[in-house]
Amino acid sequence: MKTVFAPTLRYYRRKLTGGVMLTLSALSAVVALIPLLLIFFYTISQGFDYLNLDFFIKMPKPVGEVGGGMANAIVGTLVLVATGSVIGLPIGIFTGIYLAEFGNNKFGSTVRFMTDVLSGVPSIVAGVVAYGFVVIPMKHFSALAGGVALSILMIPTVTRTTEEMIRLVPHSYREAGLALGIPQWKTTVQIVLRTAFPGIVTGILLAIARIAGETAPLLFTALGNRFWSTSLDQPIASLTVFIYDYAKAPFEGWNKQAWTAALVLIMLISILSLTVRIVTRSRYAQR
Amino acid sequence: MLLVILQGEISPTVGRGGGAIPRASALKTSPKRNLGDVVFKYTTLMFAVIVLSLILLMAYEMYVDSKPSILKFGWGFLTGTTWDPVQENYGALPFVFGTMASSFLALLIALPLSLGIAVFLSEMAPSWLERPLSFLIELLAGIPSIVYGLWGIFILVPWIRSSIEPPLSGYLGSLPIFRGAPYGFGMLAAGLILSVMILPIVASISRDVLKAVPQSQREASLAIGATKWESIRLILKDARSGILGATLLGLGRAIGETMAVTMVIGNRPTISASLFDPGYTMASVIANEFTEATTSMYISALIEIAILLFLITIIVNMLARLLVWSATRGKL
Repeated sequence: MKTVFAPTLRYYRRKLTGGVMLTLSALSAVVALIPLLLIFFYTISQGFDYLNLDFFIKMPKPVGEVGGGMANAIVGTLVLVATGSVIGLPIGIFTGIYLAEFGNNKFGSTVRFMTDVLSGVPSIVAGVVAYGFVVIPMKHFSALAGGVALSILMIPTVTRTTEEMIRLVPHSYREAGLALGIPQWKTTVQIVLRTAFPGIVTGILLAIARIAGETAPLLFTALGNRFWSTSLDQPIASLTVFIYDYAKAPFEGWNKQAWTAALVLIMLISILSLTVRIVTRSRYAQR
Repeated sequence: MLLVILQGEISPTVGRGGGAIPRASALKTSPKRNLGDVVFKYTTLMFAVIVLSLILLMAYEMYVDSKPSILKFGWGFLTGTTWDPVQENYGALPFVFGTMASSFLALLIALPLSLGIAVFLSEMAPSWLERPLSFLIELLAGIPSIVYGLWGIFILVPWIRSSIEPPLSGYLGSLPIFRGAPYGFGMLAAGLILSVMILPIVASISRDVLKAVPQSQREASLAIGATKWESIRLILKDARSGILGATLLGLGRAIGETMAVTMVIGNRPTISASLFDPGYTMASVIANEFTEATTSMYISALIEIAILLFLITIIVNMLARLLVWSATRGKL
């Protein structure tokens, strides 16, 4: 017996709809890449003019004078990120350890849930909170306030990656340690944490990459500063706030320097992300 | 014989603390506890408590700081349409409107695109293409907001002003949403830039949700003669709660986004139906006016806006997390 497959009109219509929809969805992936390419293209082409050694080692010049750099802003961003990390990392890492090692209870899942919710809090709100925590009691803007705002933003990322990385450590490692009579906390610190270390570093770098690009929480905490300052007690410059001020300014030279600052910022963040990729790759290679 | 083994398994009469599986939680019930263990556990617990109390502390701090404004304006703060620092009269409605309008506009643009990307990545792309493409799209999420804003001011806004708005108002100018002068700065620019910014998160979570749909679903629908697309439609239907969660996460991101929007939306507290008109969002007004706020009532009104923003994003995020959690870790 011979079976004949006779395609009907309906069959062609179904095929056609499918083809169209699949093409559209492939196309949307292409469309999404357009802004990415455009942003990279313009940041590099517009920012390239001022990208020289002066930008990294000179101070900003007043309006009208050509040249100058953003040495204070680059150092300021580093100071702010370091301050945020000093406050945020211990809280994030220890909470992550708690969640992974002792967090299989209701309290643990509440903390986990709240951490996820905290990661969705807008960065400007973190700024307002840091204003209330630090600026109001100190009565003036300071690098410390900026650091506090940034630490609020990095805690959720660090907590969740630390927890996930510790959970990836095979249970037999813990059992081996405990079987040797090592106390549980030493097993956690010296065996489990050491195994999870590359992963935790990844999380930390991702969190740092995120806060290095933040602007909104710094506007009314660290404020910005046209002069050299590394004091935690004083307002401090940052690359991002400089970009904001220079982009709004009606001077073409400043606008150009805003692009350069954006380029430097993107390079800084790319270096961090690349490190993350290398760290994670060597981690996967180990297995 | 079998019974004996079974009994032996069911009721292990081993000494205390020597249970079958030496799990961490089993150990903490053992009577001889190492002092270091206790200290370690409570140290980490203390930090967990800090994180948990942080959200409450944030809310409390903002509540205290905005009390003058809350007491003075009450619920009228939410419905007031004037924002007049000189007369000390504050109403937040234009900002709530601006935030909602720009965020929904962004979702309207980003959602179909993100779904397309998610379908492409999880159902169509071969793995050699999927990984670099996912990486590139997640790269979009890594670009700082301020860089989007910079690009918005100097590239996107001029382009909208010269190539998007004139033809729109020329052909469709009779519609109220395309009325007004084409400045470039305004709701349309804000919505466009926000859509690019939330696209990565909506796309990547939707992809994860789609991937969590069991393979047998695909096989089943293909086996009864569905075309590839018809099978994908069924999968989308299975994944709809997770996709809704991803959408809400994107919405939460859009609502809280500050710098890029501030730089392109035009910053005027008006409520207008036209996409060409400038607007103002909750986050933008805080960013713009906080350092200029001279009176304590002005500051407390701005902090009250921050509380509103905080509450809205927390609610949106809670809903989103619950939906995404149940889609990727639950039964599916």
